[in-house]
Amino acid sequence: MGSRSDLFPGRHGMTAERWEHFPHEADVGVRGEGATLEQAFEQAALALTAAITDPLVVIPRDMIRLSCEAPDDELLLVDWLNALVYEMATRSMLFSRFEVRLEGRRLDAKAWGEALDVGRHHPAVEVKGATYTALKVARHADGGWLAQCVVDV
Amino acid sequence: MDIAQFERKSEFEWLIKPTGRMRVPGVIFASEVLLREMDAKVAEQVTNVAMLPGIVEASFAMPDAHWGYGFPIGGVAAFDPDHGGVVSAGGVGFDISCGVRTLHTGLQLKDIEPVKMRLADALYHAIPAGLGSTGTIRLDAAKMDAMLRGGAHWAVEQGFGDAADLERIEEGGCMRGADPAQVSEQAKQRQRDEMGTLGSGNHYLEIQRVTEVYAEDIAAAFGVKPGDVVVSIHCGSRGLGHQIGTEFLRQMVISAPGYGIDLPDRELACAPIHSPLGQDYLGAMRAGINCALANRQILTHLTRQVFSQLLPQSRLPLLYDVSHNTCKLETHTVGGRPKQLFVHRKGATRAFGPGHPDLPSALRQAGQPVLIGGSMGTASYILAGTRESMQRAFGSACHGSGRAMSRHQALRSWNGRHVVDELAGRGILIRSPSSRGVAEEAPGAYKDVSAVVDSADRAGLACKVARLEPIICIKG
Repeated sequence: MGSRSDLFPGRHGMTAERWEHFPHEADVGVRGEGATLEQAFEQAALALTAAITDPLVVIPRDMIRLSCEAPDDELLLVDWLNALVYEMATRSMLFSRFEVRLEGRRLDAKAWGEALDVGRHHPAVEVKGATYTALKVARHADGGWLAQCVVDV
Repeated sequence: MDIAQFERKSEFEWLIKPTGRMRVPGVIFASEVLLREMDAKVAEQVTNVAMLPGIVEASFAMPDAHWGYGFPIGGVAAFDPDHGGVVSAGGVGFDISCGVRTLHTGLQLKDIEPVKMRLADALYHAIPAGLGSTGTIRLDAAKMDAMLRGGAHWAVEQGFGDAADLERIEEGGCMRGADPAQVSEQAKQRQRDEMGTLGSGNHYLEIQRVTEVYAEDIAAAFGVKPGDVVVSIHCGSRGLGHQIGTEFLRQMVISAPGYGIDLPDRELACAPIHSPLGQDYLGAMRAGINCALANRQILTHLTRQVFSQLLPQSRLPLLYDVSHNTCKLETHTVGGRPKQLFVHRKGATRAFGPGHPDLPSALRQAGQPVLIGGSMGTASYILAGTRESMQRAFGSACHGSGRAMSRHQALRSWNGRHVVDELAGRGILIRSPSSRGVAEEAPGAYKDVSAVVDSADRAGLACKVARLEPIICIKG
C-alpha cells in the first residue's frame, strides 16, 4: 500500500494526474494534482480513500451523486472532502473513482465505490473530517492545479 | 524548535512575550528537552491563539503539545464573555469531549492470567472497534434528543451502568445547556448506529495494572494500590461530534469577518460568545459532550458484562471520567477576583485542585483524578489536580503522550503484525481490526509519556499519583 499514486504521464508540459499524502504530526495530509481543477479535486478524493485503505481494492461498483457550493475554491475542496466523509460514514461505503464537474463555485460529482468490507479493505483509520490546515488550492506555472489539506483521523 | 524565542520563567515554563497582534503572552509548560523536540508550529499556534478577542491571562500549551488545527493539541485558553470573548469550534476540535475513563476491577494480575486470552477475545468481540463498526443501539429522533440532553444520565436510565457512576464523571455525567435542536440532522444521522462504539485512530480500551504509586495518600483516596488491575477506555463523541465540528467550523470561518474578527488562521474560526452563532455552537457542542459521556457509559456497561461472565468475582466501579476537547464555563480567580470564563481545552485535561466544589465528596480532599493515556505498549498515568494547578493554566494538565512522528512515517517504520508479536512477547495482547492501524499507532511513534508526565508534575500542573502498564489493548 503506497502513500502516493503511480505517476501517470501527463500531456506534454502539463501537470500529471496524481495524488499523494504529505506528513502532518498527528494526522494525514491529502494532495491531488491534475491538469484541471476538477482532476485535482478527484485526485484529492483518491488520497482521502488511500488514508483509509488501498484504493485499488475498492471496486467502483455503485455510484452516488454529490454536490456542494462554497464561497471560494479552498472552502469548496474542504466541503467536497467532507461530503465524501459523510457519505462514507452514513452509507458505510468506500469510494475509488470520482468524476467532478465545477461550475463557478458549485461542485457536482459522481463517486463510485462499494460497501465497506472490513475483511477485504482492512481500513486503517476512520477520517473524522477535512480541515483548513495546510489547505491550499493553487495553480502551477504550467497551468495545472494542486488541491490539498490535512484530514483529521 | 528553536528555544531562543522564549523567555525562560522557570525550569518548566517558557514565555512568548506579546508582540504584534498578540493580546496576551504565550506560555508553554515543558522540560527543555520536550520543548526542543516540539514542532515549531506549536509556538506559532500558541501565538495565533493569543490574538483572539477576549482572551484572558495567556495562551497556554501543555507538555504534550503538538501541531493541531488552529489551536495546538495540548492548548488551553480562557475567554471573558463580557470583554468580547469568543468560542472557537477549532479550539474544541472535531472529536468533541474525547476523553478517558478508568474503572477499578478489584482484581490482581494473578486473577487475570488464567483467562487473559479469553478476556482479550471476549472484549474484542463485545466492543465494536474500527471503521464501519456499529453498536446494537438504534436511536430514533426522540431518543437521540434525549441522549443529547442527558449524556451519561440518559445512558444510566436506559440500563447502562449505575447511578453511582455519575458523580465520578465531570459535570455529574450530564452537560447542562445542551441544545439538540442545534445539532444538524446530518450529525444525528452519522450517530444513528454509532452509540457504544470505540472508533479508530488512537482510541482504545485497555486492561492495565498499577505498577507504581508515587503519592500514597492520594492513591488511597482514589482506591488505587500497586498490583491492582484497572480498565481504561479512550474514545469520544464519534460521528456526531465530528459533524458538529465540521459544520460550525465552516460557519464560523464564513461569519468571522461579519463579527469584525480577523482570523490569524482559518482553523481558529470562532464567534463571540454573546452572538447567535456562538450560542448555537455552545448548545451543539454541549450536546456533543453528552454524546461522548453516553458513549463511554455504554462501553463501560459492555465491559462489565464481559468481566461478569469471565471473572464473576470482579466489580468495576468508576474511578473517574475526564474529557479532553471541550469549552466549559468555569469560575477562575483572575487578578484576585473570581471571574466566569469560557475555558477551551484542546487535547488537555481539566485538573481541578483539592476542595473544588465540582468534585464529588469522596475525591474533594484529594483533588481531581487526571487520567493520562499512553500509547499502546507504553505506560499510562493517573495524576491529581493540585491547588497550584488552579493558578497555572486554569486548572488544566496534559492529556497523553502526543505523537512523535506522523502516521506516514510510522507506516514506513513498522509492520502491524510485527508490532503485535513484539508486544505479545512482552505479555501485552493487542486485538485490532487493522494491522495498518496498529503500525500507525506503534508505541515508537509516540513521545515518551513518562517525560510528558514528569514535566506536568514538576511544572505544577498536576501531581503524579500512579503508573499503569497495559496487559490487554483493544485498538480501534
